[in-house]
Amino acid sequence: MTLALYRIDDRLIHGQVVVGWGQPLDVAFIVLVDDEVSSSDWEQDLYRMGVPAQIEVIFASVEQAASLLPAWEADPRVGFLLVGDIDTAVALAARVPQLKRFNVGGVHHRTGRKERLRFVYLTDDEAAKLRQLAARGVDVTAQDVPTARAVPVTEFT
Amino acid sequence: MSELRGVIVSHAAVAQALVSAVTAITGIEGVLTPVSNDGCGTEALGQRLREAVGTGPAVLFVDLPGGSCFTSSARYAKQGGADIAVVTGVNLAMLLDFVFHRDIQPADAARRAVDAGAKAIRVTSS
Repeated sequence: MTLALYRIDDRLIHGQVVVGWGQPLDVAFIVLVDDEVSSSDWEQDLYRMGVPAQIEVIFASVEQAASLLPAWEADPRVGFLLVGDIDTAVALAARVPQLKRFNVGGVHHRTGRKERLRFVYLTDDEAAKLRQLAARGVDVTAQDVPTARAVPVTEFT
Repeated sequence: MSELRGVIVSHAAVAQALVSAVTAITGIEGVLTPVSNDGCGTEALGQRLREAVGTGPAVLFVDLPGGSCFTSSARYAKQGGADIAVVTGVNLAMLLDFVFHRDIQPADAARRAVDAGAKAIRVTSS
């Protein structure tokens, strides 16, 4: 895996990703994996506006991402991959067995979710899905910004 | 004076600080409403915007031209049609101008705010 960050964040492209992680890691491209966004030109324009021109933004559905991931991994540039929710992460990991880590960067409050960390709220079902990912060999940690501690999945699910 | 309102949408406490500064300088209250994205996902931030805007026309003043504050504001404006305009790069100068010039359409107020805000950005030393 040469992508520097595999991140679950319901805000997708935003300041923490572009500046907080992007600046210190010198990101050159961001892959946004989301079935809805990948089919909406308007949504894609919105997300592009938050990214400096020198950073390439690639939009993909889960199916497209599963087939294109080897090419992104082989890209010599620094890249990030973002998904907006746990189900998308699980779906992608199921199609790409070599995917071995996910950073939970922001899953916010919604009805039925409980606070696990300041920036992570999960239903019991979502917590179980993250533990199942970990049990299959995916390194799942929670970390909003690079200067914070990476919290192991066992500490927040 | 029209019912045109301003809603400042920002990271952390920037929006609240700008509202306080406008009130301190002008004495005008109740025209600007702060919205922070603190602890918000997309859904929660959209709800905060709905509550802040209410039913009337509004200009949304967003801190950055990208990110969660911007994307949520742009989505909200798309639903609101001509009644909602969005300005990015909010600064104090544009807000001070806005609170005294609200008897116009949201899109015109947004353009005016951009002009006022840009005029305040300058280099004053070599």
